[in-house]
Amino acid sequence: MIDITMTVNGIRESHRVDDRTLLVDFIRDHCRLTGTNIGCDTTQCGCCTLHVNGRAVKSCTMLAAQAEGAEVTTIEGLGQPGALHPMQEAFRRHHALQCGYCTSGMIMQGVDIVRRARAGDDRTIREELEGNICRCTGYQAIVEAIAEVAATDPASCGGPR
Amino acid sequence: MSLPAFEYRRPARLDEALAILSSDPDARPLAGGQTLIPALKQRLQRPSILVDLQAIPELQGFEVTDSHVTIGAMTPHAVTAWDDRIAAAIPALSHLARGIAHSQVRHLGTMGGSVANNDPAADYPAALVGLGAMVETTGRTIAADDFFLGLFTTALEPGELILRIRFPIPARAGYHKFANIASGYVTTGAFVSDGPAGLRVAVNGAGPCVFRQTDAETRLARDFSPAALDGFAQPDAGLNNDLHASAAYRAQLVAVAIRRALAMALGHRTETP
Repeated sequence: MIDITMTVNGIRESHRVDDRTLLVDFIRDHCRLTGTNIGCDTTQCGCCTLHVNGRAVKSCTMLAAQAEGAEVTTIEGLGQPGALHPMQEAFRRHHALQCGYCTSGMIMQGVDIVRRARAGDDRTIREELEGNICRCTGYQAIVEAIAEVAATDPASCGGPR
Repeated sequence: MSLPAFEYRRPARLDEALAILSSDPDARPLAGGQTLIPALKQRLQRPSILVDLQAIPELQGFEVTDSHVTIGAMTPHAVTAWDDRIAAAIPALSHLARGIAHSQVRHLGTMGGSVANNDPAADYPAALVGLGAMVETTGRTIAADDFFLGLFTTALEPGELILRIRFPIPARAGYHKFANIASGYVTTGAFVSDGPAGLRVAVNGAGPCVFRQTDAETRLARDFSPAALDGFAQPDAGLNNDLHASAAYRAQLVAVAIRRALAMALGHRTETP
C-alpha cells in the first residue's frame, strides 16, 4: 500500500491505495468523481481522458502513483451545471453527444486540442481526436464544437488569445 | 482490469534507481508506461518493483547545438514532436514523433522507454538507425547500429539505463510509415538520411528488428534521387508475416516507404502519416 496525494480540481486528495492502482480508479473509487469513464481499458477509446499538470492523458494507462504531487483536472473541475465551460456549452449547442459515454473524454481532449492551438482546421482536429472513439455521433458535431471554441474563446482552454 | 501486484518506487537520484534495480532481478524501470502498463494488464510482465524514472534529473530535457540534437530519455514524444528548436534542426525526427500513437500517449510516452523496448512496430528505432544516433547509457555509449539486436531485444544489460540519445544533425532526412489503421503501430516504415553519419536507409516494422537497407543505401549514395531506386526491390525473406500484412506485401511497402521518405528528404510534398 502507498499513500498518494494529488490535487484534483483544486482540492487536495490523499488516499492510501494499492501500489498498482490506476489513476482512473483513484479518481473514480477514491475521489468519488465518476464523470471520468472507463471504456476500453486498453488505451484506445479515450473515455478516461483527463488532465495531469495541464496535459490530456489516458487515466487507464497511468498509475495513480505516477500522478503523486500532480495537479489533475477532471470533467467535474471544468464546469458545473448552470456554469458550463465553453467547451461543454459548445458540445450541447452542436448536439456533439448522444449516449454521452465518450463525452467527458472528448471534452477534456477538446480543451487540450484548443490549448495546444491544434484546432485551426477540421482535418487537424480530426487527427487530434485519433485517440478518442465515439460510436454515436459520426464526429462531425464534435469537430464543429471544438472548432467553434477555438475560434471564439481559445483563452477558456488556456490557449493563445 | 487490475494490474498484477508490484511495489512502486520513485527515486529522486540516479544512483538510488540503479541500486533498487540491482537489488532485485525482477525490478523493472518505468518510463512513461504507455507500453508497460498495457503489458502489465495482459500479464505479459510481472515485475516485483517498478522504479519510476520521472524524478531523475539526468534523464530530463534536451539540447540542440549546431551539430547535434541530444534528447533525454524521459522526454515525452510531444516535446520531440513540437519543440521549435528540435523541429528546425531535424524536421524528419519531429515529423516521426508527431505520428506516434495519438496525442494523449505522446504526452506520457518517452523516447527512452520506446528505444529500450525495441518493439519492431515502434517508430523511434528507425530514427536512431536512420540518423546514426548514439545511445548514452549509465555505463557507456552505444552506436544505434549496435544497439537494436532483435525482437524486443537491445544491447542494454540488466540494470543499465538509457540517459539520453544523441542525433547528429543531417543535411537532409525523411521518414514515412504505413501505419496499422487501428493501432497506429508501424506496419512498415523507412527513414532516409544524408549527413555526418553517411547515407542511411533504416527500415522498421517490416522485420523482427529495425535494419539498414544496404542496397538502397548504395543506390542513394551514388545518386540521391528517386531515379536511383528504379528497379530496387526488397527481398521478402525473413520479413514479418502476420495478420496485419504478409511478408511479400511488407517487402512491397519497404520500396514505397523508402521512395516517400526520400521525397520528404528532398523537400517534395508527402502525405502525413
